[in-house]
Amino acid sequence: MTGATLFGLCAAVLVGLGLYGAIVHHLILRRIVAFNLLGAGAFLLFGVVARRGTGAGMGGDPVPQALVITGIVVAFSATALAVALLLRLHAVRAAEDADR
Amino acid sequence: MTPGAAVLPCAGDPAGALLVLAIVLPTAGFLLALSVGGGRAERVALLFLAGGFAVAIAIVAAIWRSGHALSYALGGWTPPLGIALRADGLSAVMAMTTALVVGAVALFGRQNFAAPAPGVEARVPLSFWTLLLAVTTALNLIWFAGDLFSLYVALELLTFTAVPLVCLDGRADTLEAALRYMLFALMGSVLYLLGTALLYSAYGTLDIALLSERVRPEPAVWTAAALMTAGLVAKTALFPLHLWLPPAHAGAPPAASALLSALVVKGSFFLLVRLWFDVLPGLPSRAPAELLAALGAAAVLMGSVLALRQARLKLLIAYSTVAQIGYLFLMFPLASGPAGGPVAAGALTGGMLQAVSHATAKAAMFMAAGVMAGALGHDRIAGLAGTARALPMSMFAFGLGGAALIGLPPSGGFLAKWLLLTASVQSGQWWWAAVMLTGGLFTCGYVFMVVGRAMGEKDASEPRIIAAPITGQAVALALAVISMLLGLAALAPLDLVLVGRPTLAVVACR
Amino acid sequence: MTFALAFDCGLAVLILAMAIWTIAARTTFPAVVGFVAYGLLLTLVWMRLAAPDVALTEAAIGGGLTGVLLLGATSRLRATEPPAVSERPSVPFRLAVAGLCTLLSAAIAAVVLLLPDPAPTLAPEAAAKLSLTGVGNAVTAVLLAYRALDTLLESAVLLLALVGVWSLAPDRFWGGAPRSLALRHRDGSLSLLGQVLPPIGIVLGVYIVWVGADAPGGKFQGATIIGAMWVLTMMAGLQTPPEISQAWVRVILVAGAAFFLAVGIAGFWLAGAFLAYPTGFAKSLIVAIEVALTLSVAATLGLLVAGPPARPVRT
Repeated sequence: MTGATLFGLCAAVLVGLGLYGAIVHHLILRRIVAFNLLGAGAFLLFGVVARRGTGAGMGGDPVPQALVITGIVVAFSATALAVALLLRLHAVRAAEDADR
Repeated sequence: MTPGAAVLPCAGDPAGALLVLAIVLPTAGFLLALSVGGGRAERVALLFLAGGFAVAIAIVAAIWRSGHALSYALGGWTPPLGIALRADGLSAVMAMTTALVVGAVALFGRQNFAAPAPGVEARVPLSFWTLLLAVTTALNLIWFAGDLFSLYVALELLTFTAVPLVCLDGRADTLEAALRYMLFALMGSVLYLLGTALLYSAYGTLDIALLSERVRPEPAVWTAAALMTAGLVAKTALFPLHLWLPPAHAGAPPAASALLSALVVKGSFFLLVRLWFDVLPGLPSRAPAELLAALGAAAVLMGSVLALRQARLKLLIAYSTVAQIGYLFLMFPLASGPAGGPVAAGALTGGMLQAVSHATAKAAMFMAAGVMAGALGHDRIAGLAGTARALPMSMFAFGLGGAALIGLPPSGGFLAKWLLLTASVQSGQWWWAAVMLTGGLFTCGYVFMVVGRAMGEKDASEPRIIAAPITGQAVALALAVISMLLGLAALAPLDLVLVGRPTLAVVACR
Repeated sequence: MTFALAFDCGLAVLILAMAIWTIAARTTFPAVVGFVAYGLLLTLVWMRLAAPDVALTEAAIGGGLTGVLLLGATSRLRATEPPAVSERPSVPFRLAVAGLCTLLSAAIAAVVLLLPDPAPTLAPEAAAKLSLTGVGNAVTAVLLAYRALDTLLESAVLLLALVGVWSLAPDRFWGGAPRSLALRHRDGSLSLLGQVLPPIGIVLGVYIVWVGADAPGGKFQGATIIGAMWVLTMMAGLQTPPEISQAWVRVILVAGAAFFLAVGIAGFWLAGAFLAYPTGFAKSLIVAIEVALTLSVAATLGLLVAGPPARPVRT
């Protein structure tokens, strides 16, 4: 077994774990964390694909590596938006409770 | 030697450049609207959307005239290394629908999202106009991108525009609906992304055209197909993953609801069509197609029954969207029959026509409902009496939209259902026809429930109905009339939907 | 078993342990801390997978900025019962989901074990065309030439997320500054860190952008480090977030994407295609776009962490 295959199996488990957390956690923040864990698993899978595709003197296929860089930035944007929504919902609820 | 000149002669194709323009124009508008800000975002948006409308017409015209698909290699780099934009008949039809509905939403939104004073920037107007431009970029990219990863970025763009539109009013329940929508959508995107990783691992490309030649039935492909389908189904709100849709679509401001129900859910649906018919044509797809259609049938029945039981008008329309999305999925087993056969071609045209017809009709209904709710001060169906007399134009728009959903001739819904019914009878799958007919009866039920109430005499004890501005009503009516006349597409000499489809013979659908 | 494989095994076990901890921890705070550790361990994995460009991005965003965002949210939600989606799901439901997720993991694992050998790759093609772009780093060539559309759209995604975050502001604060990120108890060591680290970090970030054309590095990696330094000075209370209605803020945010788009459009006439670079100018244009994007991306990332406006406009 090579290191790439090992991390590929690791990514498979991370995806399962992340998906489980993102479905069953009842706290929204925990779901957001689990979503990030799941996303990292998906990126790792791309990384394994990249590593296996060595050639032309490169340590890996640069295309999936570039895709992961784009993906990490997109996932961060998603997390920022989700967290902002969560905090706003929390603040509005708190204000409503205070009025009551 | 430039890469453009060296690698790809078609990069300079003037018609292909239209596809670039369809994506660049709204993006430039978004950047400009955000940077000038102030009260000028509205004017920037209207200007760039008008330009986008002209581009959409030009794309349809180019495909109509030439009879084959357009393509453009970005930067002159051909796939698999580069990214290509492609427009076949399917994408042209959806792009035209987008330009039409977004334009209508912009005109409708002018009365609700004007700047508070000349040159003064406020939260809701700036957000609305910038998001409207961004949603156009995202949708056009979904119709035209030929690369599965670019489509992932497009899906995320679409999510990031749709979610803030849901909770523009900032109330706790719409924020909650937006957050729930966001979680579903993100999950869907990640599952889709996992699928692209697996496809790349097996074939070393994400280009749709190249994949369609290389894909073979093997474990990586089946796993990828299952993951991507599950993700896209969650984003399209197909039963049983529909729970997020009604609160989100009913809670948004009317202009946004129209956009979300008419176009945004069609984005992920369109990708499902691309996935099964263009990326994976080499896969024996009988069983998955049957499964999707079974879920669609359940959505038709459940959504319709739930729509009948709603007390609020906007929720009724939102549940109707759940049901109408179900119809879209009935096309999968019908269109995956013997490739190239007239049955499959008819089913595909029928399915896409249903998408377009629902887009225009549902946008009209949400707008009309918004006008009514604004005039009444509420949207309880029980309190609608007298609305038909006070707001005849809006009521007429709602009724026409409803008639298109039911499928009365000569509406687009009529032709769509006719094509799908014919395909199901011809292929011996009459049970899907039974679902369509039952769903039609339910649709009659909930449309007449609203129209009947509104026709009633107003109780003297109810508060007066405020007059509503005419522009919004006229826009809703225009969209409803368009959806009512879409069935006349049957008279056209060319079936635009089928242009550029290698697996399907270009045959007239009648 | 070689030493390298043993190291990889240890790393994989640690990562899985952190992931299980992150999902299973009873309360939110330790779970988020676990996630940050998970991100840092992943950085090592990316180095082991010969992807230093990704490792830089993962360290700065996956571990760094995402961690700041999640930890900040945790501390703000801790005072009261945080919003929940629904009731805690029932045991049969959880078992069913666990079964489904196990099945998914097994399917992906099977696909990984059955991957074709030799693996399909675009590396030779990317290397062959590298000279046309003038840059030495293939990942940079992918991001700014071969797949430039993705990168252009990605900068739009970041701005769009920022518009989405801003749209969540209370109306009365529109145009004002986001909440101060300064930690409540002024921590002397953090303040010191906030004074010492940023100059180093900014130099490092600029260097990473600069070498990105030919060595591992590039705009997102550099931008995230610069953005992270800005967040650090704000957290140390040395700087406050700017008012979002100011013209210069908007110009900095939009400049990178606008310049990229302008170069892309100019390509129509100068190089025969949208997003193509004219002969001999590819490298200088790529570096110019990277510099413009760096500033915009750093500002966007910082403001995404800062959140929606929370103070009235000063008049």
